[in-house]
Amino acid sequence: MSQTTVDFVTRQLTMSEETLQAPPAPGYWRAVGQRLARDPVTITVTIILLLIVFISLGAPLVAGADPYAGSVMMRLKPIGTPGHWLGTDETGRDLWARLCYGGRLSLLAGILPVMISLVVGGFLGIVAGYVSGLPGTLIMRTMDVFYAFPSILLAIAICGLLGNGLSNSVIALALVFIPPMVRISETVTTQARQLDFVEAARASGTTTMQIIRHHVLANVLGSILVYATSLISVSIILSAGLSFLGLGVTPPQAEWGLMLNSLRQAIYVQPYVAALPGVMIFLTSMCFNLMSDGFRSAMDVRLNK
Amino acid sequence: MDVDPRDRGGPAQPLLLVEGLRKHFPVRGGLLNRQVATVQAVDDVAFSVRKGETLGIVGESGCGKSTTARLLMHLIKPDAGEVVFDGDPVGERHGITVNAMRRQMQMVFQDSYSSLNPRMTIAESIAYAPRMHGVSGKEALDRANELLTQVGLNPRQYARRYPHELSGGQRQRVNIARALALEPRLVILDEAVSALDKSVEAQVLNLLSELKERFNLTYLFISHDLNVVEYVSDRVLVMYLGRVVETGPVEAIYSRPRHPYTRALFASKPTLDPDRRTTEMPLTGDPPNPINPPSGCRFRTRCAFAQAICAELVPSLAAPLDGVDDTGTHRVACHLPHAQQVLHA
Repeated sequence: MSQTTVDFVTRQLTMSEETLQAPPAPGYWRAVGQRLARDPVTITVTIILLLIVFISLGAPLVAGADPYAGSVMMRLKPIGTPGHWLGTDETGRDLWARLCYGGRLSLLAGILPVMISLVVGGFLGIVAGYVSGLPGTLIMRTMDVFYAFPSILLAIAICGLLGNGLSNSVIALALVFIPPMVRISETVTTQARQLDFVEAARASGTTTMQIIRHHVLANVLGSILVYATSLISVSIILSAGLSFLGLGVTPPQAEWGLMLNSLRQAIYVQPYVAALPGVMIFLTSMCFNLMSDGFRSAMDVRLNK
Repeated sequence: MDVDPRDRGGPAQPLLLVEGLRKHFPVRGGLLNRQVATVQAVDDVAFSVRKGETLGIVGESGCGKSTTARLLMHLIKPDAGEVVFDGDPVGERHGITVNAMRRQMQMVFQDSYSSLNPRMTIAESIAYAPRMHGVSGKEALDRANELLTQVGLNPRQYARRYPHELSGGQRQRVNIARALALEPRLVILDEAVSALDKSVEAQVLNLLSELKERFNLTYLFISHDLNVVEYVSDRVLVMYLGRVVETGPVEAIYSRPRHPYTRALFASKPTLDPDRRTTEMPLTGDPPNPINPPSGCRFRTRCAFAQAICAELVPSLAAPLDGVDDTGTHRVACHLPHAQQVLHA
């Protein structure tokens, strides 16, 4: 035995590594809450989003007027008209009522495709990442074909193929969002699969399903959830675009994109009224973006303090 | 020493016996992704680990040390070879399953950070494997706290922390605790202390020897650091390009290395002692490409003594040709008697 090594070891024994005393760490969710409380932007946009959700879901309570009852006498009234505080549209329907009811379809068309693509794309991506070889290649190359089209063009094509209506626009948008979801979850899964802690879990006899559930899924979900929240805004805009083109929701239903389309002709008469559905789309998508950013940094255990 | 109820063959039976272990990785390329070559990462490796001892495996990087460890754990499927754990062939009908072996054989990796899930607290990480084997959550966490104490971390301070909140040495202690959670009998330490700085390395080495006593463990200690291997090992295995070139008791190998490669390796070891200054010829060049290893003895392309026979015949592990072998367990894979003589300045 080398004498120098022994001397070295005994000398180092007197130095303790654990001289650094630290208080016990708080629980995970408490830490997330603390970090959120110090982030006024996230709190503000979350409150705005909750308000938008509230006026949409509670439309019959807050609208105060029938969104479908028009009046020839009351066409295109300006903001601040008694009885119609946000004015009226080109057939004299109360704009506030239509914005409230329109939020229902717009939010649904924004969130539902993202949720579908999250589940389907996440699943396919994890499979492709974990089962490399033929199944993985097959999935990824199929996604590459979808990638070849610009997203709006693809959505228009699918929607045109399926015919218009809300459910078809949801399906079309879900199909548009699946490829990027698959790609992200496949990348994260491939990375996670090579990490030592997955090897260590395998070495202690953990089954593949348990590894995916406990080690891969948490990492994949973290990344694709953030991506998904940012997609919600894209989805709202795309679905509004589809109804603007007459491919999504059909008149006389209230939906922000459709309202923007039909008010377009009144832009020289009542520019502020005509802009209101656009303002709602902008506000909602921006709030979703900022909120996803805020939650990502609050929930990341590695970005502590 | 207490008798372990899981001990089946008694102290004379090796805990781990490896025969003819081989792994050749295919290299794919070309137009149709065909196999164009093979990397002979591990070729015909055979050794045994006795109960309660520490077997050190040394060699340059790329010589197949880590691949051997992963093959033993069946993290990579071996192409050929037999692994016998305490008398039971692993993965064969009359033996034990791979999973049964993994419960008794655990591994500590080099990278202390990537071997812990960043989204789990360290207590959760330690408790994870027992929970997957059916231990209740509460019991597994209690046990994790106990293990944290055993590796020198106060559970009240550290149990609920995340890996990024610990230092490298503390994380490696957590990894050791995690490996011990399944109460293994053999622990493979794959460069487990190599990434730590020297003072922390010494502490972790001492911890390892304490734990070895306390839990009656057997270690397979893989390292490129010759001083550390000398300090911890009872026996040493020297690997070169996927093959075993020399094996024997640590004193015999370190005092009278026989294989020209082992001697060159030790000559490269820095020493602070002017009386023990390097007398051997230094090795030149890099190890040959394992895709096309030299025929016969794989070291012959860098060996100063190489002769015609070295290119023709693969040398098998045999007793030193000068007949000096106090313990009867020193084995060298070299054809030439004069190549095995230690040159004294």
